[in-house]
Amino acid sequence: MDGEGTLRLHIPGARFRPGDRPDFSYLRLPPAGAAPRPPVDAPAIATRDLAFGLVRTLDDDGVAVGEWNPGLGADELVRGLRTMALVRAFDERMFRAQRQGKTPFYMKCTGEEAVATAQTYALRPDDMCFATYRQQAILVARGTPLDEMMGQIYANALDPTKGRQLPVMYTAKSRGYFSQSGNLATQFPQAVGWAMASAYRRDTRIASGWIGDGASAEGDFHQALVFASVHRAPVVLNLVNNQWAISSAQSVAGGEESTFASRAIGYGIPGVRVDGNDYLAVFAASRWAAERARSNHGPTLIEHFTYRAAPHSTSDDPARYRAGDEWERWPLGDPIARLKLHLVRAGAWDDGRHSAMLRAVEADVAEADARAQALGVHGDGPHHDPLTMFDDVYKDMPWNLREQRDELAALPGRAT
Amino acid sequence: MSRMNMVQALNSALDVKLAGDPDVLVFGEDVGFFGGVFRVTEGLQQRHGEGRVFDAPIAEAGQVAVAIGMGAYGLRPVVECQFADYIYPAFDQIVSEAARLRYRSGGEFNAPITIRAPYGGGIFGGQTHSQSPEGLFSHVCGLKTVIPSNPYDAKGLLISAIEDDDPVLFFEPKRLYAGPFDGHHERPAVSWDGHSKGDVPTGRYAIPLGEAAIAREGGDLTILAYGTMVHVALAAAEETGIDAEVIDLRTIVPLDIAAIEASVRKTGRCLVVHEATRTGGFGAELSALVQERCFHWLEAPILRVTGWDTPYPREFEWEYFPGPQRVGAAIRRVMAE
Repeated sequence: MDGEGTLRLHIPGARFRPGDRPDFSYLRLPPAGAAPRPPVDAPAIATRDLAFGLVRTLDDDGVAVGEWNPGLGADELVRGLRTMALVRAFDERMFRAQRQGKTPFYMKCTGEEAVATAQTYALRPDDMCFATYRQQAILVARGTPLDEMMGQIYANALDPTKGRQLPVMYTAKSRGYFSQSGNLATQFPQAVGWAMASAYRRDTRIASGWIGDGASAEGDFHQALVFASVHRAPVVLNLVNNQWAISSAQSVAGGEESTFASRAIGYGIPGVRVDGNDYLAVFAASRWAAERARSNHGPTLIEHFTYRAAPHSTSDDPARYRAGDEWERWPLGDPIARLKLHLVRAGAWDDGRHSAMLRAVEADVAEADARAQALGVHGDGPHHDPLTMFDDVYKDMPWNLREQRDELAALPGRAT
Repeated sequence: MSRMNMVQALNSALDVKLAGDPDVLVFGEDVGFFGGVFRVTEGLQQRHGEGRVFDAPIAEAGQVAVAIGMGAYGLRPVVECQFADYIYPAFDQIVSEAARLRYRSGGEFNAPITIRAPYGGGIFGGQTHSQSPEGLFSHVCGLKTVIPSNPYDAKGLLISAIEDDDPVLFFEPKRLYAGPFDGHHERPAVSWDGHSKGDVPTGRYAIPLGEAAIAREGGDLTILAYGTMVHVALAAAEETGIDAEVIDLRTIVPLDIAAIEASVRKTGRCLVVHEATRTGGFGAELSALVQERCFHWLEAPILRVTGWDTPYPREFEWEYFPGPQRVGAAIRRVMAE
């Protein structure tokens, strides 16, 4: 038989490593505007081309074209642009804060700002988001005071997690933002459960779940899609394919053999693969999915095809495992630059306003940081009484925790 | 009052909560139309509707994750894990998520969920239908672990578990579903009919989590037990003629340390009995606590009678099961010191 012989084990890897010259010409990028926009009650199978293709609205000249153009007004687009710029400035500031020893850890979302920003504006403010560590734009877009977010990073008095959580593991119930875990993928089926509860209560709020390409290999991803499909949960399931899970390429999670969005179809869930650096396309896909959910047509899986320009975290050095100029060569560009171009072409924006806006967001971040640092940073605390570590394990503290708290309290010279 | 076996008592608890609280819903494998393989949810879907009692995909991790999301929303879901032996796929969701949600969110979110699981041996279930994994969960802060030993307690404790604002693991000794099994497998099975704990109120009542019960008063020796082992300990006490006090812990987290201390300080001797494997089991914790807190009252070393440190072997069930013969021998050893 042809091809028969000894067996070969396939070990996928990255296309480019340090020293390589990245060439993304292998990516099949359909032209902007080519993808049809099906009605929101379309069955999963009708999204096959969307799941294997790529929804794009912005062409190379920054012009929005095709059925997925959401038709947003200039004010809405400028708001999105400003939020993305604010998130980037926030990230830069906090990254430097880590280098200055003011926080032990930070994670940027540079290059991926459009994904969470556009989706948040496509949702309603009280829809519940089950995010990972790279959707800080949800909180920013919902108007969370930046010093509160910084307070979590500095573990000072503004930290709602009371100094217990890793930096960037936010929780903000009043802003529709579920407590981040740090364990990968666990939030994805939880989002489905929240959505099921909302449907059970005949509420109108929907859930938005988030996962990365790497973590989609976890069983939680499968369980989320099964439960979402079986119970037609009103949830938008977002998979951010930013090409990298620390040093593991998306091929290691299965992205080489198929698209992540295409997995949805086997579960009977519509799948949409969207240019994650195209603000308008992300907004349109998110709004389509949210409309589906809100009108009882069930879940949607959106694969946001983007690129992690940032290191995984402040503890990571991508120069050790990927080509240094991948981000510059990424054919889908920078989401901020692309939306700016679109606005400029539409006559609604110019370089002067853009520069002023960048200065303004940097000033906002600096002022917020001054307020946050006035309450202390990591290392000059603790800012919460260490005895509070025994709180919130249970609603009511049992005897063993009371005894342990008393034991710590009795230690001479304990830091409070 | 009504005569109930443990299955009926648990069914009654769920029925009462479903009727009284629209935030309670029940799901799991086969719990809907069919009523559960052990019949605990029999008739509940018919009475309360498909939206409140339903079959879930066979994915324990997914079931618990969905329950956590529902709990975060504000519901009080009750998940049935068909056998405690099947709970491990959900371990991450229970340990990393449900247990720590309140803590990690600074109290913003909590997971008021109940996970029910038939548990323990004595039914020739072999190593996949007989396990007692309570020690894996009692080690995890943020979880509560309940193990009833009779119908009356089962109902009152399950109602408390559902009403509790923290996640509760509710292990149901399946060998006790039909009757108070004392380990004498060679004798005819006994039903709950005529047993005082088989008289169960039909309405709502709650037994607080964290309160032990004295199953038998005595002065010579304290036996700490829960679940099926309560009945084994009672039998062993009768058969040895030793005036043993049997403490039914009922919940192991939170633990009723005051009841344990009071009894051991009275008797001066302590024996710990559980069906789970020995090494690192909850008996080790009990033994350490008694040693730390009652050392000066002890007249003999604390002994443990437990399942052996092997998987649960089907054909050697009665050699594995800590029955009244082994417990009786341990009683005599503790008394001989």
